[in-house]
Amino acid sequence: MIGEKTTEPLWWGLFSAGGVIAAFLVPIHILIAGFAVPLGWISDTGILYRNWSVRIYLFILISLPLYHWAHRFYFAVNDMHLGVPRKPLALLCYGGAVIGTLITAWVLLRL
Amino acid sequence: MSGTRPDKSKLYYQKVSATWWLKKPSYLLFMLRELSSVFIALFLVIYLIQLSQLIDGPQAYVSFAQKLSSPGWILFHLVVLAFALYHSFTWFKSTAVILPIRIGERLLPREMIIALNIGAWVLVSLVILFLFLALKG
Repeated sequence: MIGEKTTEPLWWGLFSAGGVIAAFLVPIHILIAGFAVPLGWISDTGILYRNWSVRIYLFILISLPLYHWAHRFYFAVNDMHLGVPRKPLALLCYGGAVIGTLITAWVLLRL
Repeated sequence: MSGTRPDKSKLYYQKVSATWWLKKPSYLLFMLRELSSVFIALFLVIYLIQLSQLIDGPQAYVSFAQKLSSPGWILFHLVVLAFALYHSFTWFKSTAVILPIRIGERLLPREMIIALNIGAWVLVSLVILFLFLALKG
């Protein structure tokens, strides 16, 4: 990666924060959004997403685990020895997380 | 670190097959833990797509949620949930190793730190559920 040595702590910090968010917050959201709402156990018309605190929370909930994905996926693909070149892979993973963050912000601002 | 890097062509690289992680259960579990992040990210992307339906109004949002009740999506979310729970558990386990808690002279047993993490996780999950129910209108 470009500037690998100087930016590594940043990516590792984002990975770590994303891992915490994914571990503590994501399972209950899977239960709510993946089961409770679709199966009609809880009715939800999306009114709560007008709340700004909810939107800021969602920004953290969605964006940080993307960096957790980027870091783990990058190293997992490297460790698998599939012969994927490192630099394009790093660009895809970390760049993907950055673009995902921007899209998340854009969507949440438009709700 | 100063000094020059050794010439790459002179370094010895051991050949590793692309399927090494299938050869031992512990290797496979490691890879599954790493890949849990893929499923968690996929779930969040789909959740974001569902939220983006609100730009077109509540009707689009509700009908998107109804589509997620099909058996295929329920199966998908079951797989995602299993991976997410595996991530949570392995994360708490490594937290106990990376961030040991010291009380006076003694180190808190790892099992205790894992139990505290699980307790905090249950509490946080209940608070989110409660807040969701309170705010959803």
